[in-house]
Amino acid sequence: MLLLLEQILNGLQFGFMLFLLAAGLTLVFGIMHLLNLAHGSLYMIGAYTAATVTAATGHFSLGVLAALLVTALAGMLLEAGVFRRLYQREHLDQVLATFAVIFTVNELTRILWGRAPLYLDIPPALAGTIEIIPGAPYPVYRLLIIAVGALVALGLYVLINHTRLGMLIRAGASNREMVGALGANIKLLYTLVFGLGALLAGLAGALAGPILAIEVGMGENILILTFVVVVIGGIGSVRGALLGALLVGLTDTLGRAFLPGLFALVLPPAPATAAGSSLASITIYLLMVLILVFRPQGLFPVQGQHGA
Amino acid sequence: MARKPLIIFLGLAILLLLPIYAAATNDLYLLSLSSRMLIYALAAVSLDLLIGYGGMISLGHAAFFGLGAYVGGILAFHYQEFSLFFGLLPGSNQALIVWPLAVLISALAAAVFGLISLRTSGAYFIMITLALAQMLFFLFTSFSTYGGEDGISLWQRNDFPYLDLDNRYHFYYLCLGLLVGFVGLCQRLVNSRLGMVIRASKQNERRLRALGINPLPYRLVWLTIAGAGAGLAGVLLMNHSHYVSPALLHWTQSGELMVMVILGGLGTLYGPILGAMSLLLLEEWLNQYTEHWQLVLGPLLLLVVLFARRGLYGLLAGRGARDG
Repeated sequence: MLLLLEQILNGLQFGFMLFLLAAGLTLVFGIMHLLNLAHGSLYMIGAYTAATVTAATGHFSLGVLAALLVTALAGMLLEAGVFRRLYQREHLDQVLATFAVIFTVNELTRILWGRAPLYLDIPPALAGTIEIIPGAPYPVYRLLIIAVGALVALGLYVLINHTRLGMLIRAGASNREMVGALGANIKLLYTLVFGLGALLAGLAGALAGPILAIEVGMGENILILTFVVVVIGGIGSVRGALLGALLVGLTDTLGRAFLPGLFALVLPPAPATAAGSSLASITIYLLMVLILVFRPQGLFPVQGQHGA
Repeated sequence: MARKPLIIFLGLAILLLLPIYAAATNDLYLLSLSSRMLIYALAAVSLDLLIGYGGMISLGHAAFFGLGAYVGGILAFHYQEFSLFFGLLPGSNQALIVWPLAVLISALAAAVFGLISLRTSGAYFIMITLALAQMLFFLFTSFSTYGGEDGISLWQRNDFPYLDLDNRYHFYYLCLGLLVGFVGLCQRLVNSRLGMVIRASKQNERRLRALGINPLPYRLVWLTIAGAGAGLAGVLLMNHSHYVSPALLHWTQSGELMVMVILGGLGTLYGPILGAMSLLLLEEWLNQYTEHWQLVLGPLLLLVVLFARRGLYGLLAGRGARDG
């Protein structure tokens, strides 16, 4: 039972991590109609920046701050330089162009940081454990990720539903020409939204730094999961991204933790481990397929003009 | 308009005569590289059926490519080990058994994936094809019997009647023959009733539906055919490299196939061949100068996407480039 609670917390932590990425991806798609494969690259940039700055200054908080600044800036530069030209293009062009950006960013990263993975220690102040469930000490750092994720979700809710910028974002999502015609600076709005998405991806990367190996390709691995999240939640919906991320995080974590054990109840140990871990590696895709059978547009379909 | 037959004729002549040049200069590597190009060309043509003709932007085509390779690899593995697949079926090294089976299973997988992914369109379709392909990738990574992430190494190529596939010349001409055969088949398909419906559904689905045609079953068949083509390319590649690994199913492989199609020319049958060859040559050539060749390839690709929409074949063959 304690193990189950612990795994649920792990699943939540993973889910919130995915949410940080999925929120940016889904915002950019919902508003600019851009399918951005290079979103994972921003996550990677965040992780590398955090690791480098932390190593140089000795403060993890400075590392995170630097990661936020650098990724937001990198995102806005990419938007102004490349992605802006893609908004009116077909999805195919967007896929290829952002694929090219991945190639470029990955290779630049290899040149700047080398091929060996970087490792980042959990800062000493957060390295301990805490007994929020009696009898099951849980790492403080993972709780912090859950808290940050929840705060970001709340912040995005307030931003989108209760601020002027959020009003423009919602308006832009339903009719971009009209927003421009009404005098809002749509170009600037797009750049800002892209910067916001990039910043969240960078935050995810910086937070992932101490619990994962920081290496080239880390962005692509998590990007696919983020796509699954966005497809489940409904492309363009931040609410859907949150729900989808938590669903995917929990399913994946619980599947990996318990499926081999469940199979062991009916099969001999060796094939049970094999079958269990094989199935565990694909549970979230099965979840996606299941949801799509009933809701082809995801859990929260967005009523927009694109109808993607 | 006369440029197109000329280019096709010249291209075929070069491909037919290439082994003679390789023999004269004793450049066996050239022959091996060219065989690989032909195999990737086959996969790229099959992908263009989807993207160029059907408007189905699949970012998961490597799934069928890798699956074809794995069917061949797994059968060869059991043949080498004298063991049974799931304790039931023996392995095989006979090309005439293994290859059709690889094609069949890839086609079957394409049909199943199609049933799921064709429920959606647009960006959803792209993401779902990508996710389904990654699912297969992770599945094969988890099969420790078949080497997990390391894949399967093979001792020899398959046995083919009257041919010795380990002979590079035989293998090259077989790949060339299969590519020409596949392109010929595609030419007929594109101009068939099925192909007409597919092309119409790309241009205007609503109008097609108004004519009383539901494009879904046609798309499913089309996807199955494309999957079969990729499966054939996969089993050829497994023979070529004596090696199968999950990397063949990885989504970057799908992306690379897509790049080949765009680079060569979307919606043509000869363009993807040119695209596959150019991309592999470019990689090979850049690799000689720097290990960081992706830094050149990335921006180059970006420029092609942003500014040169018709691709290399479009530039060469002019306005008449479209086949069918």
